[in-house]
Amino acid sequence: MHVTHLSLTDFRSYPTAEVPLDPGVTALVGPNGQGKTNLVEAVGYVATLGSHRVSTDAPLVRLGAQRAVVRAAIARAGRSTLVELELVPGGANRARVNRAPVPRAREVLGVLRTVLFAPEDLALVKGDPVGRRRFLDELLVALAPRFAGVRSDYDRVLRQRNALLKSAGATIRAGRGDVRTLDVWDSHLAEAGAELLAARLHLVDDLTPYVRNAYAAVSRAGTDVDLRYRSGLGDDVGDGPPPGRDELRDRLLEAMARSRATELDRGVSLVGPHRDELVLSLGPFPARGYASHGECWSLALALRLAGYELLRADAAAGDGEPVLVLDDVFAELDAGRRRRLAELVSGAEQVLVTAAVPEDVPDSLAGARIDVADGEVRRVR
Amino acid sequence: MYEGVVQDLIDELGRLPGVGPKSAQRIAFHLLQSDPVDVRRLVAALVEVTEKVRFCELCGNVSAEDQCRICRDPRRDAAVLCVVEEPKDVVAIEKTREFRGRYHVLGGAISPIEGIGPDDLRVKELVTRLASGEVTEIILATDPNLEGEATATYLARLLKPMGLKVTRLASGLPVGGDLEYADELTLGRAFEGRRLLDV
Repeated sequence: MHVTHLSLTDFRSYPTAEVPLDPGVTALVGPNGQGKTNLVEAVGYVATLGSHRVSTDAPLVRLGAQRAVVRAAIARAGRSTLVELELVPGGANRARVNRAPVPRAREVLGVLRTVLFAPEDLALVKGDPVGRRRFLDELLVALAPRFAGVRSDYDRVLRQRNALLKSAGATIRAGRGDVRTLDVWDSHLAEAGAELLAARLHLVDDLTPYVRNAYAAVSRAGTDVDLRYRSGLGDDVGDGPPPGRDELRDRLLEAMARSRATELDRGVSLVGPHRDELVLSLGPFPARGYASHGECWSLALALRLAGYELLRADAAAGDGEPVLVLDDVFAELDAGRRRRLAELVSGAEQVLVTAAVPEDVPDSLAGARIDVADGEVRRVR
Repeated sequence: MYEGVVQDLIDELGRLPGVGPKSAQRIAFHLLQSDPVDVRRLVAALVEVTEKVRFCELCGNVSAEDQCRICRDPRRDAAVLCVVEEPKDVVAIEKTREFRGRYHVLGGAISPIEGIGPDDLRVKELVTRLASGEVTEIILATDPNLEGEATATYLARLLKPMGLKVTRLASGLPVGGDLEYADELTLGRAFEGRRLLDV
């Protein structure tokens, strides 16, 4: 699939912008702070209903405007689909597909699929586990939009259970409270948690060979890359073949029963996929804390490229391969990595690249070029 | 800001559910321009509702007397009890004319975030009601959302040991709709709850 036209109203710095796009490589070139990333951020928003830079919608709406509108025309399997999103901070976003309103904005998920690599992704390797969990969950949603619902159900059960642990902790410990309510939330958390956990475990299994290939291709180092899912249920969950959902649910229930006293003490849920970690290692060492800056970059890039390849392999089902977005990436890489990354992505159906200066874009990626300056978007090639 | 009493009226209206400041202002000015007879009738209805309407001492539904119309009706099946969250759910189920048993209104659903636990709902009254042994089946008709499901699970665990038949309303596809328009969660539930066709 590819985006054929992007149109913005009051999005970030743009009062309006019209950007026609072609398949193949398109470089968005302009000095820093002129609005290149805003354009690819809008493309990403259509695919994920979220921004890779901020967690709320408010910064996406131009200062002084009430709402922002993003329109993207997407070509998939010879058909054109128009997705329109109206972003209303503090309110519900509205969405239309081919001019027809859809009841929930969530239903546009899956129409456009993107894989975006940005400087922020360095945190995938160097940052806290929450970033790696989000990476897995976002990929799950891209593969099967149903998981957006699974994830939000799990989060809601978790919030309810935490609220109960906090409020009831004192009374239950004093032997006066009613633990039966907690039992109910335990069973709901185990049910939703097992579904999420099982899906993540299968995803890590599927993803690992792609990460190894991509890392070897980008870095040309013989270092062995490994991904291990670390569940609070025990190391055996992440090693070996993933247990089934029923087994995971029972084990989550057992683990909650074991840690009930501690959970009541601390007033938070200590068991479940929201506490798990994806451990990345290079050779015998965990990447976090041990890997050099360059190795971290290569590994973060390998994770995104692996996600891209996984979605692409899944596209055999007829969804069309995802759009690849490389935001300000080449400036950070040395000449060898730059060249090899260019080779890797040159075969993609559509690649959007942003760069501050044209020299940052490798020659082998010569394609369309759009200059961005002072909020003006101009096609030059 | 408007002068004294007008602003008081707008503030009071704005406290009603679903009424924002703009709507409150519009309703207030509508009332100011209405025939005083109409306004008095509204006032009378409000006064009457606060003075006369009570909650049924048995089921917790709104009622003009000690017991509501449904609890007093001898033709209703006393063996089946349908548990709902709110009085408006009783109205919704009554419209189907399918259910001939009686109701029990909980007054909400378990939601720790809002500080609502089983003790804040009419659960104790439900257990007391079941003590006579007249009721043999409980239908759990709480909302099919997270809080409603949790309430249903809680009640099922509480009531099953009492030897009652406990059932839960089915979840699935809306009747008269198209399969393709169902969201994935509803469709997934419909798959789980599929039934054998007898032909």
